[in-house]
Amino acid sequence: MQPQGVDPFIFGITVLVLACFVGYYVVWRVTPALHSPLMSVTNAISSVIIVGALIAAGPAEGNLAQVMGFFAIVLASINIFGGFIVTQRMLSMFKKKR
Amino acid sequence: MTDDISAFLYLVSSVCFILALRGLSSPDTARQGNIFGVTGMTIAIATTLALPGVLSYEVIVAGLVIGGAIGTLVARKIEMTALPQLVAAFHSLVGLAACFVAAAAFYRPEAYGIGQFLNIHTASLIEMVLGLAIGAITFTGSIIAFGKLQGIISGAPLTFKGQHFLNAMLGISVFILIILMVNEQTEVTFWAILAISFLIGILIIIPIGGADMPVVISMLNSYSGWAACGIGFTLGNSLLIITGALVGSSGAILSYIMCKGMNRSFFSVILGGFGVENNLPHSGQGGEKAIKSGSAEDAAFIMENASSVIIVPGYGMAVAQAQHALREMGDILKTKGVKVRYAIHPVAGRMPGHMNVLLAEANVPYEQVLELDEINRDFSQTDVAFVIGANDVTNPAAKTDTSSPIYGMPILDVENAQTVLFIKRSMASGYAGVDNELFFRDNTMMLFSDAKKMCDEIVQALN
Repeated sequence: MQPQGVDPFIFGITVLVLACFVGYYVVWRVTPALHSPLMSVTNAISSVIIVGALIAAGPAEGNLAQVMGFFAIVLASINIFGGFIVTQRMLSMFKKKR
Repeated sequence: MTDDISAFLYLVSSVCFILALRGLSSPDTARQGNIFGVTGMTIAIATTLALPGVLSYEVIVAGLVIGGAIGTLVARKIEMTALPQLVAAFHSLVGLAACFVAAAAFYRPEAYGIGQFLNIHTASLIEMVLGLAIGAITFTGSIIAFGKLQGIISGAPLTFKGQHFLNAMLGISVFILIILMVNEQTEVTFWAILAISFLIGILIIIPIGGADMPVVISMLNSYSGWAACGIGFTLGNSLLIITGALVGSSGAILSYIMCKGMNRSFFSVILGGFGVENNLPHSGQGGEKAIKSGSAEDAAFIMENASSVIIVPGYGMAVAQAQHALREMGDILKTKGVKVRYAIHPVAGRMPGHMNVLLAEANVPYEQVLELDEINRDFSQTDVAFVIGANDVTNPAAKTDTSSPIYGMPILDVENAQTVLFIKRSMASGYAGVDNELFFRDNTMMLFSDAKKMCDEIVQALN
């Protein structure tokens, strides 16, 4: 994935720093009225950690790591479903003048 | 699926998440943004399921179904006034999930290609334990925040002697344990880091009081992002790093905005102890001052004869669930030709944007809901400022009294309105423990009652 000879850590830091800049500019543009939905949607997307959980639970043979992966999947999916649905509920209430 | 294809799909998913946040720049595009978010998550999960090492679909589907059902149920049933608690609870889950993933990586590093059990590559190991520590702090910290918001734990700041010293010692011991871990990987060290981090999470939130919760929630939001980031480094997964950074910076910016709204440094909020009663100066010690109190009929009469009214809601409105009655009152005033607007202070309520969501729930059109810098100048041309459940954010002492704990905090200049109507249950001081001199002004009329009851009575009087 990374170019030959570059340490994966340096590659990761590159991605991290650029993503922080993107985050900075995107989040400052969020209107203050929508700060609550911003919290709930960032909460939902931070559950992308489920990717790690799926890999842990993935192997065909059972072991301790798989059990932990399973619990992580349950917790993360509560967040994913809960977070997106509650965000949707909030956003659907923001209406213009009738 | 090859690594290249999955890496590309993870990129698509990252872009979707960025667009999800971008959509929130206006209420018109926000719903579309949320759809991007869901799409991004679906792509991320589907891509991971298609990875060669992921085979046990029964376990995975069971986990998704159980979690999905719980999440859906909770999100559909929750009352909008309980939103801050819900968000805190959700943060704790992300933190705990990060701990589980770190533990799984510790016990089975082969699955992630980062070494063997007790022989993990140093860089991955450090990233992993950092993810573990941040996840653990997020978990217990959010649980304490949840308890305070839900009223299970007292919202008052809990301080004791040597608190900061203890926290510093615990922080240093985690640091030492991480160094020990790098030298020699043992299970005991791993679990010790987890246990101490749990303790730190509890200890850093208990000294922080109820009204500082907007900062705390934002901060925990940020932590949950950094935890995901740490795990992303361990897994060498750009999607997790990008998403973690987005969430982390989002939470950090919100914390900054909230601190600025209170004119307090982030550090002083974190050190806690603000709003401890009885050690703060009360300006009203020089005997009883005269206040003017009125009835719902008086308030109705004043407002229907006004040409413009600005409503200033605060946490008290949320507690009394008065938003629907308030909107009804606003609607009647509008039919009588009164210009009605709402002014929101950045730290009103218990989480960023709390008041906006409650007013939206009560069907107040968002064009009528304005932020502090948009509306503050208009108070001087306004007939009536109607303060409902807010106190410190209107206190002129923030501008004039250098000894006041809230000195320097930006406030809504309700004092400039012709008449100020103040709904309050009693004369008790606000969260910061300071008297509000507005109560004693000639142009202020106090309406002593529960916020919802008072709005209902005003509605009756208007009809």
